[in-house]
Amino acid sequence: MDELDGNRVAGLLQEVFGTEMTATVVTCASCRAAAPIGESDVYAGGPGTVIRCRSCTSVLAVITQIRGMSCVDLMGIAP
Amino acid sequence: MRTIALDVPAWPGHRAGQHLDVRLTAEDGYSAERSYSIASAAGEPVAITVQRLDDGEVSPYLTDELRVGDELELRGPVGGYFVWEQADGGPLFLVGGGSGIVPLRSILRQRDRTGSDAAVRLLYSARTRSDLIYRDELARHRDGVEIIDTLTRERPDDGWTGYTRRVDRALLAETAWPAGKAGKQPLAFVCGPTSFVETVAAGLVALGYDPGRVKTERFGGTGGR
Repeated sequence: MDELDGNRVAGLLQEVFGTEMTATVVTCASCRAAAPIGESDVYAGGPGTVIRCRSCTSVLAVITQIRGMSCVDLMGIAP
Repeated sequence: MRTIALDVPAWPGHRAGQHLDVRLTAEDGYSAERSYSIASAAGEPVAITVQRLDDGEVSPYLTDELRVGDELELRGPVGGYFVWEQADGGPLFLVGGGSGIVPLRSILRQRDRTGSDAAVRLLYSARTRSDLIYRDELARHRDGVEIIDTLTRERPDDGWTGYTRRVDRALLAETAWPAGKAGKQPLAFVCGPTSFVETVAAGLVALGYDPGRVKTERFGGTGGR
């Protein structure tokens, strides 16, 4: 499975959130590292797109698209 | 490697460093989507440079099958992190490994087009001399722009004036702008395979670069190593 970074899913993020997201800084709920989404690790080979913290590899978000519906789980992003 | 110019109706314009996504859909409905860096400057016709990956789902079609007049499904421009605009200024240290040169070429063309006087050093690592893309274009002299090439798998014996070594901390120390004082720090854009980018980003921070001014874009694979 190819490892990519957040820049490569800019299109998906824009489709889901309706705006440019890669420059947005998010904080990891596990390790509290803050970084732009563009710098995060992305695994896009599975059924969904998994976005992980570059510092501690915890899952920040999972985006799954099926039959025209998008499921977005921001489980690992600190509020 | 192939550079493809695209005629996109109602293209809203892009910024240097942005991407576009190409989606191919087979007759049975199976579709595959890939994101490509835009190779042209803002205001120029949209172009992408595609490296053929033998096991790829999208790139072999784009490099081998696509003909003038064919239509493509596109989404873009997208991205806003790995982006340079004239107002961002410099000095710029651009570091590309393999096809990681593509968005840096866009930034360089953007600098030319806008008449920016931001000083630029571009460090470009490729396997062999024939792997250097945009070679003639990059070699053209521009005031304030220094191009530094390095080859990792070839040592040409005829007239090669670049380096023949991997990019490591020592080479960065030789080629990068000095880190400078707070508020006047260089802005770095680093694009290439993951391990290449990690080496360069960590090296620049060790040299005193502000991590917030080292922008990175990483992709899988080993191009340029």
